[in-house]
Amino acid sequence: MEQDFGAFPALRDVSLDIQPGELVALLGPSGSGKTTLLRVIAGLNSPDRGRVLFDGENATNLPVQDRHVGMVFQNYALFKHMTVADNIAYGLRVRPRRTRPSRAAIKARVAELLQFVQLDGLGGRYPAQLSGGQRQRVALARALAIEPRVLLLDEPFGALDARVRKDLRRWLRDIHKQTGLTTVFVTHDQDEAMELADRVVVLNEGRIEQIGTPEELYDRPASPFVISFVGEAVALPVTIADGHVRFGGRELHIDTHGLRSGPARVFFRPADIAVAAEGNGDLEGRVESLRRTPAGVRATIAIDGYDQTLEIDSPLERSASLGGRVPLSLAKARIFPADENGEYVDAGDGI
Amino acid sequence: MTSPILVGKNARRFTAPSVIPGFGLTFGYTLIYLGLIVLFPLATLIWWSSELGLSGLYAIASEPRVAAALRTTFFISFAAAVIDLFFGLIVAWVLTRYDFAGRRLLDAFVDLPFALPTAVAGISLAALYSPNGWFGAPFADYDIKIAFTRWGILVALVFIGLPFVVRTVQPIVSELEVELEEASATLGAGRLQTVLRVMLPPLAPALLTGFALAFARSIGEYGSVIFIAGNIAYVSEIAPLLIVVKLEQYDVAGATGIATIMLVISFAALLLINLVQAWSRRRFGHV
Repeated sequence: MEQDFGAFPALRDVSLDIQPGELVALLGPSGSGKTTLLRVIAGLNSPDRGRVLFDGENATNLPVQDRHVGMVFQNYALFKHMTVADNIAYGLRVRPRRTRPSRAAIKARVAELLQFVQLDGLGGRYPAQLSGGQRQRVALARALAIEPRVLLLDEPFGALDARVRKDLRRWLRDIHKQTGLTTVFVTHDQDEAMELADRVVVLNEGRIEQIGTPEELYDRPASPFVISFVGEAVALPVTIADGHVRFGGRELHIDTHGLRSGPARVFFRPADIAVAAEGNGDLEGRVESLRRTPAGVRATIAIDGYDQTLEIDSPLERSASLGGRVPLSLAKARIFPADENGEYVDAGDGI
Repeated sequence: MTSPILVGKNARRFTAPSVIPGFGLTFGYTLIYLGLIVLFPLATLIWWSSELGLSGLYAIASEPRVAAALRTTFFISFAAAVIDLFFGLIVAWVLTRYDFAGRRLLDAFVDLPFALPTAVAGISLAALYSPNGWFGAPFADYDIKIAFTRWGILVALVFIGLPFVVRTVQPIVSELEVELEEASATLGAGRLQTVLRVMLPPLAPALLTGFALAFARSIGEYGSVIFIAGNIAYVSEIAPLLIVVKLEQYDVAGATGIATIMLVISFAALLLINLVQAWSRRRFGHV
């Protein structure tokens, strides 16, 4: 399956190829276009330019009704005046007479789906009588009833509390394994995306920043946005001059191959910085506070020229005194040049 | 204040405890106002007519002119309420579901039949629909008369009843999530199926309320109708007008008789509608 999109106000030059049976997450902050992209795939929005292909066949002008997508909405969109069983049966009952299964077949299918989503015996209830997690599962069963070509989920766990979310996450993974359905879900929660998806599509301001497996996103982030959005990251403003990276008065030993001279930012994960042996540091920081932990000490360290403090765990023997200066070494870092306007992508603490 | 022990042991209290005090006061006012303003006048009506006795009432109801007027009133009111139900739903839908330039202005127009003196409405409608009026003239070419016939009554009652349907249905339409339509579409339902199976059932109770209000209002409508109806006895004379006619002839007993008959029929009709509504709320009201 393949989806191509041209320019779209909320989506710009998005091109995405989803393999059959894949579990793909669309990850991004609000307003990044992830829901728009999902709705374009579903056929609820139509792209101004570009195409949507299902199994190589152009579905761009195929009306929603004929796309056979199973959509689970953020607020579930259950039909409140119908029982759970009627909700699930809806997609079968509205079929034209010649393709509609018999009453008995519909009943059997509903019972099977109720069991599948672990709601046996609740078929006679109304949605208002169910908990959030149960409603979510009804919505999923309703979408599965039509045997969709793709399963699309919009923020499937958005409205649930943390515990239910965790359970449902694992459960969705199982469902995907059992059904083998190509599944695309939208989320703003990077943990959720990383935990569930085979591949994650990181979107920002209508553009795809990176498509990759969770490992690729963690280890080889393609842009400052990705590195700061998936996981915590520290961003140091540096300058590149003649292949050397300078931060304050120091030189950082980072490969600058292929980068122009000028302002840039060095990104690294908090876990990749450590207190170094005397004289070996890439950076130097001042100890602002010290706290004892079971394994050693946790120091809050301020780096000159960087406006936020870092928390660094180190073993007891390397502990420094409060207010003293310590050398810091960087295990792994990535460098990205500042863009043409000289603006850095904000690289706070990630989300 | 009642002590907690008393509440627990002694008794079924008249009302559940509430954080907002003042049940006694507000309930008292409710009873007094309902009693003095609504029930007392109606009770005197029954009182007056009781002098007629059942046979007297029957005699009045079977007077051909009265029977014709009652038929005209209830039948045309019903027809008008049905028309309002249909168009009121469309208007409510358009005003809540779509955003367009002038939506708020159009929304304000809906209330005009509430605000306008009904006589003014009746006179304007009569002028428009009379054989030489703007709307009446084209019909007159085909020998169709609207003003000064039963059609005129229908036009006036449709005008009067519309806001009742629109205003009762509007809030429920705005509560219906767009996602419901989208969900229905992704499940393969066509537009008509979506409307009939997903959108209309939750609206049914509100539609019935709107219908009942428009119907009730139409039965009692006087001002706008008498100017456009022509008021021809046995043809386009409505029951409220006949009451006035009887009063002008000092036939108070006849007037109260008609009023009582109207009261009984209206009450029965509204009760019926309420029962249907209660049923539909049970059936569709799991919101």
